[in-house]
Amino acid sequence: MAIGWYLVVSALIFAIGAAGVLTRRSPLVVLLCLELMLNAANLALIAFARMHGDADGQIFAVIVMVVAACEVTVGLGLIVAIHRRRLPIDVDEMRELQG
Amino acid sequence: MTSRVELFGWLTLAFPLAGMMLVGLLHRRLPGRTPGYLATGAMALSFASAIGALISLQALGHEERQVRAVGWDYAKTVGIDAQISLLIDPLSVFMILVVAGVSTLIHLYSVAYLDSDRGFARFFAYLNFFVFSMLLLVLAGNFLLLIIGWAFVGAASYMLISFWYRRTTATGAGIKAFVINVVGDVGLVLGTYFIFRHVGTLDFLKTFEGAKEAFDPGSTDLTAGCILLLVGAFAKSAQVPLHTWLPDAMEGPTPVSALIHAATMVTAGVYLIARMHPLFELAPTAADVGAVVGCLTLLIAGTIAIAVTDLKRVIAYSTMSQIGYMVMAVSAGAYAAGLFHLMTHAFFKALLFMAAGSVIAAMAGNQNLDEMGGFRRAMPFTYGCMVIGGLALAGIPPFSGFFSKDEILLLIGDRGGWYWILYVAGYVGAFLTGIYTFRMIFRAFWGEPVPEARELEAGHLHHAEVHTNPANGEVEDTDVGFPGPEHHIAEREPAMKIAMGTLALLAIVGGLLQIPKVTHVIDHFLEPTFAESALYERHPSDGLITFGLLLGTLVGLAGIAIAYVVWVKKPDLAGSVRERLSGVHRVLVNKWYFDELINLLVVRPAQWFGAFAQQTFERLFVNGVLVGGATGLVRVGSSAVRAAQSGFLRYYAAMLVVGMVALTSYFLLLA
Repeated sequence: MAIGWYLVVSALIFAIGAAGVLTRRSPLVVLLCLELMLNAANLALIAFARMHGDADGQIFAVIVMVVAACEVTVGLGLIVAIHRRRLPIDVDEMRELQG
Repeated sequence: MTSRVELFGWLTLAFPLAGMMLVGLLHRRLPGRTPGYLATGAMALSFASAIGALISLQALGHEERQVRAVGWDYAKTVGIDAQISLLIDPLSVFMILVVAGVSTLIHLYSVAYLDSDRGFARFFAYLNFFVFSMLLLVLAGNFLLLIIGWAFVGAASYMLISFWYRRTTATGAGIKAFVINVVGDVGLVLGTYFIFRHVGTLDFLKTFEGAKEAFDPGSTDLTAGCILLLVGAFAKSAQVPLHTWLPDAMEGPTPVSALIHAATMVTAGVYLIARMHPLFELAPTAADVGAVVGCLTLLIAGTIAIAVTDLKRVIAYSTMSQIGYMVMAVSAGAYAAGLFHLMTHAFFKALLFMAAGSVIAAMAGNQNLDEMGGFRRAMPFTYGCMVIGGLALAGIPPFSGFFSKDEILLLIGDRGGWYWILYVAGYVGAFLTGIYTFRMIFRAFWGEPVPEARELEAGHLHHAEVHTNPANGEVEDTDVGFPGPEHHIAEREPAMKIAMGTLALLAIVGGLLQIPKVTHVIDHFLEPTFAESALYERHPSDGLITFGLLLGTLVGLAGIAIAYVVWVKKPDLAGSVRERLSGVHRVLVNKWYFDELINLLVVRPAQWFGAFAQQTFERLFVNGVLVGGATGLVRVGSSAVRAAQSGFLRYYAAMLVVGMVALTSYFLLLA
């Protein structure tokens, strides 16, 4: 089986996600792009698992999904909290932790 | 038996220490003269212990009379054997007898003399500490304790010289004494290092045993070490050119002068050379340096003493001169003679200082010889003591100084070679001694009585209405830190009389211990210490002895006669001689310009260097480059790092990506 194509798709999705994280200012979209990056990694994991013919990579991908779900929960919670306090929903505006 | 010697050795040290602590800690509780009597009692007990040490030491066999009393190991690590240990042998017992004995009398004298001073208890605490330090110095069984005692003596002298601490002249003199003594301390420590490096032990007896194997003949390290030890001895014993502190030390109370000059401190250098004699005999060059410097000192000090007009300074310069004899003697191998002179000198010099103190008290603190005169009838006892001390100092038979000084010169003359120069110089010095001693006596006690003397004859003791500093005329009060309001003269104080009477007796009979060809008490007593020495126990020929004794007598009498002619018979002569030799007189009054020379060579460059270091090095380099550079570096670095913490989330993410890409490409390229 040609793994190359799977990896190319995975890399493309990862790059799109990374570009989204770097360019978009809405935290919601940033979160979405993060998900994209995680799932690109998942795709690569599953492709490799398939290639080697064992289940380790698939289990790993499931764990990544769990982590991603947790992360989305926290991230969305934060966004809702920001929204409730009527703060601007913009990652560039939220920079009070600067040195 | 040995243990008893050790016990007495420790007790000799313990009593003054206990006295110091008692007086120092309880000074507020002790009324009146009790601190003085306590301190005197401590000294008397210490002297009794010294006698005990003497008796128990003499009970030992001749070969066993070198007892090491080890208290405990202070530091025993790789190659260092620093112990708290005493060496009790005839030399140290001789020294503690002289030190403790004369100090006891000086303590007794001070009880009366400083009676009205507000710092009475403080004075006696210092005095006991001083004697303790000196006893520690002479009893030390290794270099460690020697250095400790050496430094303690320097510190104690500082406290006592600047005892009247609100007199600027006194504090200045104290600082001067301390600084010059520290120069000596440095010499002593470095010299010890040079010797320790080769023999590998600090203990005296082991050092002397090992020195022969450890050093090649004519070893430069040993010579350097011995010369450095001599630097220490010169500073402590006020030998040229480290002597300038001694005359200034006259700013202290008179009993302090007596203590520094007679029993303690200045004799430390003589003791050091005598103690280190096995080393000096292996390094004859260093010994010769000591002999020459001693000889120079005795001449220079003798000439200055003729011109000085301060009563106590005349005696101070005479001390320098007499210590010069001793240093010359012990450096030239005449150990017993040098130590014999040390003992007789302790007697008559303490006596002279006490008598001078009595006169100064009668003058209400004034020390200027020009303003004194005619005290002969007003103060007969003081006068008698002064004359006895003066005759002993000038070396007139049968007073003690005659025998001791002439023995030194005899033994030096007996060594032949170039030592005859020292021999002749010694007699020139003796001639000067006769002149300056009796110049002082004639000017203070003969001639027309001054108002103070007349008052005293009528039964009143003069007390200055306004107290002034005799050194610079500054007005001062009689509160703490200044001399007390009352003055005490020997004629009215039994304590002073007892001290002076005892010393006068000793100054008369002390010489009988060792009359050439008749008695050899000191020679025999000290023999175990110097048993190894090739230079010990030489016997000059009868002709030399007779010649020396006659010459000594004649030279001393000639000096006195000249003093009589110049200052009594023809009082105008002194003035005309001074005018004719005004150049010489100026040099002598200015003490051969030693102070100016040291100022020019050492003090000024040091001050200049200090100013330079402060302005240039400290401000520009330390503050500017080191401190400023370090803070600048931190500031620049932190602002660069701070700039990275912008708070832009996307910027952080970009950094992350860049970092990941960089790392990945690095590993990819590597693979």
